[in-house]
Amino acid sequence: MNQQTAEITVHDALDYAVATLLAPGGLNLSSLDTGLGHALGPGVDFADLYFQRSWHESWVLEDGEVKDASYDIDGGVGVRAMAGEKTGFAYSNQITAEALAETGRTASGIARHGDRLSVAPGVVNQAKERYVGRDPISGLSAEEKIAMLKEADRVARAQDPAVRQVSASLTGLYEVVLVRASDGTLAADVRPLVRLNVSVIAVRDGRRERGSAGGGGRYAMLRLRDEGVAERYAREAVRQALVNLEAVDAPAGQMPVVLGAGWPGILLHEAVGHGLEGDFNRKGSSAFAGRMGERVAAKGVTVVDDATLVDRRGSMSIDDEGTPGAYTPLIEDGILTGYMQDKLNARLMGMTPTGNARRESYAHMPMPRMTNTYMLAGQDDPADIIKSVKRGLYAVSFGGGQVDITSGKFVFSASEAYMIEDGRITAPVKGATLIGNGPEAMSRVSMIGHDLELDTGIGVCGKEGQGVPVGVGQPTLKLDELTVGGTQS
Amino acid sequence: MTQAFDAASQQALLETRVQAALEQAKQLGADACEVGASVDQGIGISVRLGEVESVELSRDQGIAVTVYVGQRKGTVSSSDAGEASVRAAVEQALAIARHTGEDPAAGLASADLMAREIPDLDVHHPWQLSTDEAIELALACEDAGRRMEGISNSDGASLSSGEGVRVYGNSHGFLGSQRGSRHSLSCMLIAEDASGMQRDYDYSSERDPQRLALAEDIGVSAAERTLRRLGARRPITGRFPVMFDPALAGGLIGHLMSAIAGGSLYRQASFLCDRLGEPLFPEWFSLGEKPLERGAMASAPFDNDGVYTRDNVFIDQGRLASYMLSAYSARRLGMETTGNAGGARNIRLQVPLSSRQDLLGKMERGVLVTELMGQGVNGVTGDYSRGAAGFWVENGQIQYPVEEFTIAGSLQAMFAGLVGIGDDVDTRGSVHSGSWLIDEMTVAGS
Repeated sequence: MNQQTAEITVHDALDYAVATLLAPGGLNLSSLDTGLGHALGPGVDFADLYFQRSWHESWVLEDGEVKDASYDIDGGVGVRAMAGEKTGFAYSNQITAEALAETGRTASGIARHGDRLSVAPGVVNQAKERYVGRDPISGLSAEEKIAMLKEADRVARAQDPAVRQVSASLTGLYEVVLVRASDGTLAADVRPLVRLNVSVIAVRDGRRERGSAGGGGRYAMLRLRDEGVAERYAREAVRQALVNLEAVDAPAGQMPVVLGAGWPGILLHEAVGHGLEGDFNRKGSSAFAGRMGERVAAKGVTVVDDATLVDRRGSMSIDDEGTPGAYTPLIEDGILTGYMQDKLNARLMGMTPTGNARRESYAHMPMPRMTNTYMLAGQDDPADIIKSVKRGLYAVSFGGGQVDITSGKFVFSASEAYMIEDGRITAPVKGATLIGNGPEAMSRVSMIGHDLELDTGIGVCGKEGQGVPVGVGQPTLKLDELTVGGTQS
Repeated sequence: MTQAFDAASQQALLETRVQAALEQAKQLGADACEVGASVDQGIGISVRLGEVESVELSRDQGIAVTVYVGQRKGTVSSSDAGEASVRAAVEQALAIARHTGEDPAAGLASADLMAREIPDLDVHHPWQLSTDEAIELALACEDAGRRMEGISNSDGASLSSGEGVRVYGNSHGFLGSQRGSRHSLSCMLIAEDASGMQRDYDYSSERDPQRLALAEDIGVSAAERTLRRLGARRPITGRFPVMFDPALAGGLIGHLMSAIAGGSLYRQASFLCDRLGEPLFPEWFSLGEKPLERGAMASAPFDNDGVYTRDNVFIDQGRLASYMLSAYSARRLGMETTGNAGGARNIRLQVPLSSRQDLLGKMERGVLVTELMGQGVNGVTGDYSRGAAGFWVENGQIQYPVEEFTIAGSLQAMFAGLVGIGDDVDTRGSVHSGSWLIDEMTVAGS
């Protein structure tokens, strides 16, 4: 429905952002210096402006028909003023000179005394392109989008008579952002994000189960169609529902756990990732605080946060402070080597920003967040990993997870899992929550597969009420002991 | 607050915009239309270790237009409720409705169900609070907690205060508006000993700022909640009675409400499909909603379809007495709306209450759960498995803190196995409930 079809390269992203974000309100790049001037009140040592416009389209199929479609337009500017550890923040959904003056003055109220700094001249950030800046929504007609969803419905229903309900959704987000900061930062980004999801309900002998599958990334909807994902995810959703119809009660207690490759990397996101975000470590509230250079995982465990992967859901050419997205090793061969930082926490800890500043929108403050977090491949054959387990759990798909970064306790909930008995995968078991302690669990990683996989592009990470898209990945892994929360004690 | 918020003029402006959108939709050929609009403004303060950490001024607005052309539907929403943006939204919604499929159930609720009276439910209490006063309150809250012996660090204290207006209108000629406010103060602290670090928090949240708990009391309570977790062990694996703290019991009620919501039922995605009239809970248990209760957190005279709200009873003497339906989900199920578009409002229990000590006595030996982690609740099957932290109970007495364990069972068995409800009712949210004691669940620990 959005008519722009041009592909925007990083090189001309800035021109495009100026035309899209600033020009409609009568602003240009030099008006931003004036705007920053309002935020740089007495005693303010850093200020930034974050302009954003987004177009979000969603098509939903139920009962074989696309009966619901919606379109959402959002946009505005967020203004931050910082003084030491203090931050003042205000935003407006108007991008005009008056709005910049009002939000700038409000944000600068965080400090009232001190020197007035001047704005450093803007230097355009030459970041590498991690995806093609394009409107992902255009390029497919409404009829073609609807046809994709109907294809998912048809394929799912043809798989098995037990399939009673099929719902499928196709969403596309197109975002244009521009960052200007008092330290001279000037950067723009054009971010596409698409996703197709299929969910089915299967009923057999009075028993009801759900299966779901989906994926996407930072590219055009056209690619979802060309890659045939509607059919692939429809088959996968049905397969999962049928497996769950056969599932028996899960065991309860401590046992060896083998995690499949790909999406089970949510383990790393919860057990390690959050605890290595700069803000929690500066505040000393993370179980990993003060442990830089120490062993926090078994030998062979290397975990990275990587915004530079091409077209992935969590990738970013620049972060939401204008810092280029980066490849940041967090744990190398078991030793803690890096935190994920934004400008504020990097400055306060005497470190360098790592391109991990992210925010849900202009109406939210940025903070250190993950992008794509994964474990590098090891040497083991996945088949040998299964063979090594006498009695344990093999979990291949998960719902969500959560961590208490202070105590280090984390959970993640399996949505497809099997028993391993005498080195063989046996009965499917019902979904169960797994619980552990981050550093302890990572020290119990005893085998690492050579089959590193990334997830299909479905993750949303929540922190302090802000949701951002992320990716995870890992090879097949064995943890010698983890607590499995089934019902059979 | 530093920005003035004139609720009356904001309301008048939104009403004008909603009317204009409805008229425009009619002119452009929509057979029916509904428009929701809102504006909210607030301040958020956070302090940490005795210093201001952030001051945030928020102002959010939004408008959502849904048009119907025959039985086809299109929806557009925007964060800009300006005139031009609303006009564009109506046009775009009509463009979408040209592509969507026919839906026999689509459309507005019947005109005769629209709310006729919109009483003042006493939910709008602006707080004339300066930024400095807000900072002082947050500082006092954190300071009281940090003074407690054993508190070693802080995640800070936060104060937030906001008010807003919501307006809903449709092409039946219904136009309803409601103003509201919400204020809250919270504190999260950290304690450390040889066993490691623990954190916990407490908060108060009210429509009327006069009713907020004292800042110092919140800080002290956050400290006590944190300190009591130090030295936690892992419980043994086995089947034991489990008691849920009041705030967590509200979560169990939330799982029940999702399972009887029309959207879950017509999608066959609920473990309570086709269970109307059947016993789910013990006979002494009844549960309903009081949407017109004055001053309560979720009070509203009309639902998101414009339909009048009423006191619904969902569980009557243990039996599932009513589903929770909107106009759309009711049509899908061949039933009548219950005025629940947008969910339940002010859930209240009608049950005999026991003292917490009595419940612990009845439990004898088991786990008192004070925190749950993760999303391990399957609404399709009722299967339940979540991470937990809390206290081990022996001989009806709390013995020591426990952590890093899961509790598992099924919601069906948990509801049927409800033994008693505490008089320690948590009144901070939309659901008011005391602790719940469940007869038996699987605890997985060491």
